[in-house]
Amino acid sequence: MSDPGAAPAAVTPAEGTPAAPLLDVDGLTVRLPIEGIHRPVLRDVSFSLRPGEAFGLVGESGSGKSMTARAIDRLLPPGAEVTGSIRFDGRDVSSLAGAALRQYRGQVAMIFQDPRAHTNPVRRIGDFMTEALRTNMSVPASQARARAVDMLGQVGIEDGERRLRQYPHQLSGGMLQRVMIAAALLTQPRLLLADEPTTALDVTTQAEVMAILDDLRREFGLTMLFITHDLELAAAICDRTAVMYAGQIVEIRRSSLLHDDPLHPYTAALAGARPDIGQTAHRLRAIPGRPLSAFEAPQDECAFAPRCPHARDICLAAVPELVEIGGGLSRCARTQELRGKLQVSADA
Amino acid sequence: MPETAAAGAPAPDTNGTAALEVAGLRKEFGPLVAVDDVSFGIPEAGSLAIVGESGSGKTTIARMIVGLERPTTGTITACGHDRSRPPRSARDRRRRGREVQIVFQDPYTSLDPRQSAEATIDEVLRLHHGWPAGRRRARIAELIDLVGLDQRQARALPRALSGGQRQRVAIARALAAEPRILILDESVAALDVSIQAQVLNLLADIRDSTRVSYILISHDLAVVRQLTDQAIVLHRGKVVERGPTARVLDDPQDPYTQRLRASVPRPGWKPRRRALAGAGEEPGIP
Repeated sequence: MSDPGAAPAAVTPAEGTPAAPLLDVDGLTVRLPIEGIHRPVLRDVSFSLRPGEAFGLVGESGSGKSMTARAIDRLLPPGAEVTGSIRFDGRDVSSLAGAALRQYRGQVAMIFQDPRAHTNPVRRIGDFMTEALRTNMSVPASQARARAVDMLGQVGIEDGERRLRQYPHQLSGGMLQRVMIAAALLTQPRLLLADEPTTALDVTTQAEVMAILDDLRREFGLTMLFITHDLELAAAICDRTAVMYAGQIVEIRRSSLLHDDPLHPYTAALAGARPDIGQTAHRLRAIPGRPLSAFEAPQDECAFAPRCPHARDICLAAVPELVEIGGGLSRCARTQELRGKLQVSADA
Repeated sequence: MPETAAAGAPAPDTNGTAALEVAGLRKEFGPLVAVDDVSFGIPEAGSLAIVGESGSGKTTIARMIVGLERPTTGTITACGHDRSRPPRSARDRRRRGREVQIVFQDPYTSLDPRQSAEATIDEVLRLHHGWPAGRRRARIAELIDLVGLDQRQARALPRALSGGQRQRVAIARALAAEPRILILDESVAALDVSIQAQVLNLLADIRDSTRVSYILISHDLAVVRQLTDQAIVLHRGKVVERGPTARVLDDPQDPYTQRLRASVPRPGWKPRRRALAGAGEEPGIP
């Protein structure tokens, strides 16, 4: 044990701060039956969330970011083989059943990308919003509705009584997503899993919804796992961000450092590939090839090596470990020597 | 069509006509005015971004240019030919296809699932150019190479291709008609960041080598910056701002453009709640 506070965390892993983590994911590996064979979709995923922290999970298609959230919420498809552990408030999530599982689900709320796909078109907003309160927490219907109206006010929807009588199709996408946020917060959860909650929204609506999410999260002291493909969005609203590639975490970093001092070549490549709103690049630094799912990627070497401009023989020798460097974690065999040479400079 | 006094726009092409000219365009759907008095022009090898959010009318404009919707009023002129009225003959329709092509947003629904890339392109070449098999084969190979696909991918059905590869097929198909104007309707929006960069570079290369004009319809201001010289900003069917893309983005004048610009996440960005219920929704309380 290192002494708390003073010393820059050199011995303990980056997460090892005095406060016990609310969520601790350790060595999570998930295999799913794909074309009849169990193949990995998550490989050795480890991270923990401190109470009150906003933690970003960033990656492209197939990186495993949504699958990680599903594993945490116990929503993996049937036939999934899971190893490693997920602990919430010290309790092993995988062993929960019956009342304990319902209670856990009350403490972990999820918001999805497409609110329309997660509402029943023939049920009124009020029914949907108060369901968990009425059935899981035995709150009387009238009281549940009053709380729903109050929470709608908090997400900026003033005429809540009328909204509760409406159907999902009568609300715009941005309005419906705010309803989803209000519904998620009604059960007073401790952890919010937000899976691309603003991806389907217009830019100005995204800013509005993110502001609401950010405000309420702070007000209620919520811990948030924020999943997105947008590195800049994660960096703007999360305290720390993990970057995933091919089912693995390749970097965990304070969000404020992610752009200027990336530790892993993939993080740098991802930031460099995005066009810049402030200037036209002669050419974008595209990453060759395409993002791979965990089961397509090399299993015995660095998964990013085939697309990495910095790959050398050492990268093909073994799967790199997630090692601590500069207050963050990086899964790159050359992370020491590449430090400071990866950040995106102005286009040549 | 002598010296067009286009305000600050680059000189038009050799014939003195813009590749595309849209004037006073309006589209009503019942009581709703989706597009309201929109005008713009694009020179040969020029590029124009139509920026806007849902309901701004940007896709309706694209559909009218392609011929999928008929304008209520206003004119659309491509390569000197009017296209605001339906085509009178199959020949007329084909000619319009050689003037304007479109690449849609969703690479998963815009291709025929039973046709390989080669067959898709071959069909367009036969229809538009009527070339013999040998010449078509050579052109298919050129186009496949231009969009960065390999031989195996060219023979594969769409289901065996990734989203980025399918979008390359859709671009090759559009180019096969040798259009003067290519409409990109959110064509890179659904792609992963690393693939999006590849396709944006490809589109820049194609413009340099073919002098095709681009209309980019997008809500993504960084993509707009990367690919276009000129931009118009649409809000509820009306053009609220226009000018060189760099100026519109660096120094937006209209309040809506300013809000759009301020909503883009960037380092140090803090999203702010606006006073009340969001735009585009009915007012909350009286």
